[in-house]
Amino acid sequence: MKLKSAKELEELRSRIIKERDPQKPSIAVCSGTGCHAWGCAEVTAAFKEELQRQGLDGQVTVKTTGCHGFCERGPLVVIYPQRIFYQRVKPQDVPEIVSKTILQNELIDRLLYTDPSTGQKIAYEHEVPFYKRQKRLVFGSNGLIDPQSIEDYFAIGGYAALAKALFELTSEQVLDEVKRSGLRGRGGGGFPTGRKWETCRNAPGEVKYVICNCDEGDPGAYMDRSLMEGNPHLVLEGMVIGAYAIGAHEGYIYVRNEYPLAVRNAQRAIEQAEEYGLLGEDILGSGFDFSVRINRGGGAFVCGESTALMASLEGRPGEPRAKYIHTAEKGLWNRPTNLNNVETWANVPGIILKGADWYRGLGTEGSKGTKIFSLVGKVNNTGLVEVPMGMTLREIIFDIGGGIRGGRKFKAVQTGGPSGGVIPEEFLDLPVDFDELTKVGSMMGSGGMIVMDEKTCMVDVARYFLGFLEEESCGKCVPCREGIKHMREILTRICEGRGKESDLELLERLSATLADASLCALGSTAPNPVLTTLHYFRDEYEAHIKEKRCPAGVCKELINYYVIEEKCPGCGLCVKNCPTEAIIFKGKKKPVEIDYGKCIKCGTCYDVCRLGAIEVR
Amino acid sequence: MSDSRQSVGLGELSRKVGSVLERYSRDASQLVAILQDIQVEYNWLPKEALEEVSQELGIPLSRVFSVATFFRAFSLRPRGRHLIHVCLGTACHVRGAPRILEQIERQLGIRPGEMTEDLQFSLETVNCVGACALGPVVIVDGDYHGQMTPDRVKEILKKYSKERLGDEAEVG
Repeated sequence: MKLKSAKELEELRSRIIKERDPQKPSIAVCSGTGCHAWGCAEVTAAFKEELQRQGLDGQVTVKTTGCHGFCERGPLVVIYPQRIFYQRVKPQDVPEIVSKTILQNELIDRLLYTDPSTGQKIAYEHEVPFYKRQKRLVFGSNGLIDPQSIEDYFAIGGYAALAKALFELTSEQVLDEVKRSGLRGRGGGGFPTGRKWETCRNAPGEVKYVICNCDEGDPGAYMDRSLMEGNPHLVLEGMVIGAYAIGAHEGYIYVRNEYPLAVRNAQRAIEQAEEYGLLGEDILGSGFDFSVRINRGGGAFVCGESTALMASLEGRPGEPRAKYIHTAEKGLWNRPTNLNNVETWANVPGIILKGADWYRGLGTEGSKGTKIFSLVGKVNNTGLVEVPMGMTLREIIFDIGGGIRGGRKFKAVQTGGPSGGVIPEEFLDLPVDFDELTKVGSMMGSGGMIVMDEKTCMVDVARYFLGFLEEESCGKCVPCREGIKHMREILTRICEGRGKESDLELLERLSATLADASLCALGSTAPNPVLTTLHYFRDEYEAHIKEKRCPAGVCKELINYYVIEEKCPGCGLCVKNCPTEAIIFKGKKKPVEIDYGKCIKCGTCYDVCRLGAIEVR
Repeated sequence: MSDSRQSVGLGELSRKVGSVLERYSRDASQLVAILQDIQVEYNWLPKEALEEVSQELGIPLSRVFSVATFFRAFSLRPRGRHLIHVCLGTACHVRGAPRILEQIERQLGIRPGEMTEDLQFSLETVNCVGACALGPVVIVDGDYHGQMTPDRVKEILKKYSKERLGDEAEVG
């Protein structure tokens, strides 16, 4: 049914809401990628089966939703209307949940989340510390809707912002609202979104394009994936509003092929939006036309670079070009093109609906609104967190993230992906926004926050990023292609204990060349992980070079595994698991011995030992 | 022509490629998508298929190859029945992904980009699959296995091939 006016949309919305009983029990099973790996599909199936068995299938709804964010504790189940929060749910827990919680409103203690700092059990989702400190403006709806149901999106107010933009505002006013909101691009650079739109709008040419970049390439970041999978209509709505402001009638969503569910859900969302007349010709009877097509990326990090992405959209290898001319003026097919990433588009409907002034009230002077971070690595509560700009690293990592795994010591947090840097402990109280992160040598990037502890080697991290970039460099310009390779070779040399004291200076010189002479940001920002680790952790580099020692115990050539004799009861578990038979069994109750001639330092013994009797130095 | 160990019937290939091309209205700007769909059919990109694409779309073979070799997701070599992707994203790296990869290499006796002799497993690395909270992550045939440890590798590989692992472990 095509909706022909804003009124028809509102009528449909009230009908949908009226038909739904807010008191009807509803079981939301998180079906994000994290929960999938934990087995949520089996949990969902078990709920459906159990409800049917107990004859409750008409009275209780089971909803598969997108990612809720608290991936660490999956599979997650939230029971509405109370919002009871169960974590680590297994299919065998399901009959009990239905009999006790659904039918008798009784909580099941063992499935509740325990706050590690107080030892208290927490019953409701909004009381879990991980969620409590967040402000989930963009990401929060993920848990409320089935991403494949446009009706669910209508029920939470979906496409009201689009109707407002089309019927209550002129395209200039929409542009002005976004400009005034202070929204900056969430993909990496942090360029003011409104200004980007304006350049594209003012560029000469009849045909213009808008593109949604869902080619999330930064390793360690997955918020765009979770938004596109969990709430595709929000992104689409943002795109239509943007196209209206810019005067574009064709759009593309460029999604990584590694994200099949994002491709599927976005495709489905486009079809549904077309059916309701929210995409296509004469949207909502406004006379505005806009259509969207999906393109799948081929797995190339450099395609995060706008010109490379556009080359790939044209069916060519994703090689960037120099940006003397901005893509806003000459982009896809040499026509004015506006590219924003998923999270940026997802911020747009809220700005239009609630106004720029509301949005400006959130965040810091130079960075408005909220930002979704992928809080991962050696932190207790891994997952996606959305917080107002300006929250400190300490609050994010310790209050929301619950601190460092295994009671270890925090060493650094890496932000901004391969273009960013590491931030040491002394800056934990830094308010996180675009400008503050840049001041300490890192950057916001797309929002990856990889927490590192004392067992993470900073030289190895630098080598890792350079190895990554060496592989992902498209090879078009020499500084990037050759420079990264040489820097990686030097870092490998240092990690293997063959480093020279002059290497550090050489790294700095090469870094300067790359920054100055590379064609695109992949090359010019490639030195950042090296420069920041070198700046904040120079002593670690020096330990590798001068003392041939890896303080974190990571670099294989510089470490050995040892048996702590007092702790080893000779159980033989390591002997059984050693892939090279390098551990000698000396009899029960006698400590084992390592044959260093055979040991390949794989660390298996260290992992399997339950008594902590193997140490690495 | 092809160095592949899997024979590719030319008539059938022509039909399959043809139907993929039709899906995209023989639009050369859709080359990436076309190659992706062909790869879904064969699990890799046979040279004959690339030649067919070049001829049918009227674009130089060099351009087809430049796209096919540029993007990581394309394989110009046949791949095994089970495809293992080891994620080497940052979050996985700091949680020990390199050691997971080494363990799989040892178990299967192959390096990334290679296939086991019995055509059962292909091993590839990927620079982040976006399941960072669960690192280290290993994906076998699209199934995610999170919070991997080296000692769980054997058990997971066993799930996909029961009989072959015992002898391979000795070889590796």
